[in-house]
Amino acid sequence: MTNGFTARDRAWHPPALTPLYKTSVARSPRFAPIGAATSLSEETGPVFGHDMLGAKDNDLITNFAAPGEMAIGPRILVQGRVRDEFGRPVPHCLLEVWQANAGGRYRHKKEGYLAPLDPNFGGCGRCITDENGFYEFRTVKPGPYPWPNGPDDWRPAHIHVSVFGHGFAQRLITQMYFEGDPMIWQCPIVGTIPTREAIETLVARLDRAGSIPMDALCYRFDITLRGRRQTMFENRMEGM
Amino acid sequence: MGNPLSNPPSNPLGERFKESPSQTAGPYVHIGCTPNFLGIEGVYPEDLGTRMITGNPDGERITIKGRVIDGAGNALKDALIEVWQADAAGKFAGRGGAEGFAGWGRSPGDMTTGEFTFETVKPGRVPAPDGRPQAPHVTFWIVARGINLGLHTRMYFADEEAANAEDPILTRIEHQSRVPTLLAKKEGGAYRFDIHLQGENETIFFDI
Repeated sequence: MTNGFTARDRAWHPPALTPLYKTSVARSPRFAPIGAATSLSEETGPVFGHDMLGAKDNDLITNFAAPGEMAIGPRILVQGRVRDEFGRPVPHCLLEVWQANAGGRYRHKKEGYLAPLDPNFGGCGRCITDENGFYEFRTVKPGPYPWPNGPDDWRPAHIHVSVFGHGFAQRLITQMYFEGDPMIWQCPIVGTIPTREAIETLVARLDRAGSIPMDALCYRFDITLRGRRQTMFENRMEGM
Repeated sequence: MGNPLSNPPSNPLGERFKESPSQTAGPYVHIGCTPNFLGIEGVYPEDLGTRMITGNPDGERITIKGRVIDGAGNALKDALIEVWQADAAGKFAGRGGAEGFAGWGRSPGDMTTGEFTFETVKPGRVPAPDGRPQAPHVTFWIVARGINLGLHTRMYFADEEAANAEDPILTRIEHQSRVPTLLAKKEGGAYRFDIHLQGENETIFFDI
């Protein structure tokens, strides 16, 4: 039995129209979204099993590299847990990540930045949370890169993260930033988020306890998805 | 300092957390979500969501095609579109749905036209929370560069007039003149569902 998901707090998320991020101007609806109670169509979603994963899916240092070779750049682990708004772990949910290489260059046909590609770095990875909601992947720390928004805008170092949760209503794409990066506070995309408090939840913390000596530093990044409501007093049919 | 419009961060019943705020998927979303489509091969055997029909489920086979169009009338060529739907009997995968039907699909859209395509089955009717049957529909989720929070909408079928007329969501939309933006029409053997982000014929999006 499900009771639906907690409503999204649209004052916490970025609004659709954020003119300093220029592309949002022509891609933001002008009408307000229409509020609708979730039904099974939003409370269910695709399920992915660990058997789908290849051995290197969560290792961006080697999953595109030639045999015996590795990507260039500062080696890091990213660890965290996926929980819901009530603090309950979200087990068995798929995370997909993508990022630029250590020089800030994406492996994408439409990307023209002059920093070179790394022949041993593809930039994609994925993992599924364990029964306690924990996940981990290994990669190189991405570089900042310039983008055509304002005349001199640079993205902070970031890793894109796509999360599924257990219902289509929980579907979320966000970006992870790195503790101490001064570019975070100059970025028009980060600045689409209305409050500093909300932005700080996207800043991964350097986690010295998780590092592997002489190998890789660790960053900790926890993700919160919408929670399932808990009330027993809702007029629902049995079996839903 | 929180935004005064936000919900209180704590609650006497226990610790509460705020949902991680959304950020745009950006122009390179396909590196992470459909790398083979982009030419990044050898990492995953195939892109997720490529095949909605993996066996021989019951139901009418249909094709859904469409484009995502911006406020200047141009089709997006960097969007990622996901769909989720019930099988022909109105059951979802993982909840008693038909074998051989994933119910979930993902399309990057054609690189030159932006047209997305889903090969699927026509969904059956799914109950609303109060038990009333909803009209057949496919749930859409759209992300792209310039979209800060993924957009939820629903595709209904123009040829399901009787069911649409009693659908609990369609019937309570105040601006009934906008309901046709959710209705896909059969055109050249496929249901066409163009999504207008802004302006004339702006598609209805839902806060679910």
